[in-house]
Amino acid sequence: MGFLDINNVTKSYGAVEVLHKVDIEVQEGEFLVLVGPSGCGKSTLLNMIAGLEGITSGEIAIRDRVVNGVHPSKRNIAMVFQSYALYPNMTVGQNITFGLEMHGVPKADRDRAMADVAKLLQIENLLDRKPGQLSGGQRQRVAMGRALVRNPDVFLFDEPLSNLDAKLRVDMRTEIKKLHQKLGTTIVYVTHDQIEAMTLSTRIAVMYDGYVQQLGTPKEIYDNPANLFVASFMGSPSMNVLPARLRDLNGEIHAEITGAEDQSLHLRIENAPESYRAYLDAEVMLGIRPEAITDPEGADRNARNIQSLHNTVSVTEPAGADTFVSTTLSGKDCIARMRADADVHPGQAFDFAVNMDKAVLFDPKTEERIG
Amino acid sequence: MAIASADTAIRSSSFSRVLIYLVLLLFALFYLLPFGIMLVNSLKPLEEITGGNMVSLPREWTIAPWLSAWSTAQIGVEPTGLRPYFINSIVMAVPAVALSTIVGALNGYVLTKWQFRGATLIFGLLLFSCFIPFQIVLIPMARILGILDIAGTTTGLILVHFVYGIGFTTLYFRNYYAAFPTELVRAAQIDGAGFFQIFWRIMLPSSGPIIAVSCIWQFTNIWNDFLFGASFASGGSAPMTVALNNLVNSSTGVREYNVHFAGAIMAAAPTLLVYIVAGRYFVRGLMAGSVKG
Repeated sequence: MGFLDINNVTKSYGAVEVLHKVDIEVQEGEFLVLVGPSGCGKSTLLNMIAGLEGITSGEIAIRDRVVNGVHPSKRNIAMVFQSYALYPNMTVGQNITFGLEMHGVPKADRDRAMADVAKLLQIENLLDRKPGQLSGGQRQRVAMGRALVRNPDVFLFDEPLSNLDAKLRVDMRTEIKKLHQKLGTTIVYVTHDQIEAMTLSTRIAVMYDGYVQQLGTPKEIYDNPANLFVASFMGSPSMNVLPARLRDLNGEIHAEITGAEDQSLHLRIENAPESYRAYLDAEVMLGIRPEAITDPEGADRNARNIQSLHNTVSVTEPAGADTFVSTTLSGKDCIARMRADADVHPGQAFDFAVNMDKAVLFDPKTEERIG
Repeated sequence: MAIASADTAIRSSSFSRVLIYLVLLLFALFYLLPFGIMLVNSLKPLEEITGGNMVSLPREWTIAPWLSAWSTAQIGVEPTGLRPYFINSIVMAVPAVALSTIVGALNGYVLTKWQFRGATLIFGLLLFSCFIPFQIVLIPMARILGILDIAGTTTGLILVHFVYGIGFTTLYFRNYYAAFPTELVRAAQIDGAGFFQIFWRIMLPSSGPIIAVSCIWQFTNIWNDFLFGASFASGGSAPMTVALNNLVNSSTGVREYNVHFAGAIMAAAPTLLVYIVAGRYFVRGLMAGSVKG
């Protein structure tokens, strides 16, 4: 039993099932991020936890208390909405204490709680203003204040940063993370931004098409994606997925791909699991993260199996900190992430260093991970 | 070439501007003319009017016709003036406007934020009530007022106008609240506010423009209504419009046109006042929801 239990929960609208048997157990103090493209069901799931949408089947329990059918205000949750949903006719102070007032907390206690939260979020000087007079970042703080003041069991965030400009989004992201570390609250956070998911969470549930595709720590999700969807959704630029054939050369398994001039290239796979043998001479999808393809000097020194790959560079894109280098492999554009000062030039041949420790294989038909 | 054409553009624009204002001024004068004649003649002694000089200013200014219309003129059989009927109209219009606006707001709130099966159908039916001509409901309404035993009273008239107004006010509020963010209602739900608390504390305080629209529309319609007033209120409980008709049609002695004019202005004054005070909200509220931002 976790702190927040989602047990085999489904959601249907009429005959259409939009969430299929979701099963997640959240521990106290965890920061769970639900991430996925729009329409994957993540917001629906969050609204079901909040009690704003009904549960078709299954159970949601907070602190071992089943809350199916319990009114949102009785679940001891707080929610931060995408549009902040601040009451336009009330001052910031009234916005923050409205929930306490509705729960019958005496005025003196309300004022004390408001003062604490205002201090925590540094919005003391805004308390008498109306939401219309605040900037986006300030509204975001007030919305969080309104959630914090109730001291709920679970915080729910519905894409809270998507209305902010890029710089403010990064600042607020750090701030939310700090707040979580400081208060140790349990948070369920919905976003479509995989970077937010990676940076904030202690665990991520990647959702697609009403299914939880994978549930795990950011590192597990990133390094060991369960299927092709998770592999390509998480990470920016996304993982290079190349059609390849597994070959047995001298008793060792190699992935065979083709280079820019249709030449065959072989990448040795060390410690290949037995399951790879079933795919010998068959087509597989080889997944390599851009940062696992570098120039030889920039390669990871802890990697045990670095394979050299001689191929033509098609495009270089200097991005300041890194240089992204494109090359054609197996007929597809493949992106390598290199040091800013790597000596690469478009049109020239280059020795790419591929860290095969990090390579993963997928079945092309089921799109599931092999191994 | 470019400069020359720019020059003529400026000249023609200032010329057309003068022309536009001239035409607007003419139209304004044209529309104000009847009111001006009413006002001028209500301040003349009767002899000046019967002497055939309706357009010219009074030679002898007097407010006697106004006093007479207000408190002593013959209305039907009683020489009471329009005052009691003016009060009747206020007693009728204020509660009817308030009730229909509040119920319209509640309807709009439920139809947009507490969607239920058949909500669209119910809204359609309510909307349909806006298109039913007054004459069709006269007989059924008379029957209902009879059953409720409030036929011929101001209370009865309040009920009639209240019920008849719900269609319009619901239409206004539903369209206004359709553009009102649902997330606010959800946030209030999580905060623990109930159905009516959300309505009073969140929805209504943000409904200023549409409340103004609803009140102006309802007040104008109810105040100016003649048919329901003539049909469902008799004698002492008649509204201002019916009393004005009685004043003009009272056939004892000479026709006091100056008193009639004064009475007509009195009957029109409250709606005029409402438009002058709240007119800008009216335009703003009607536009709200039609254009984003």
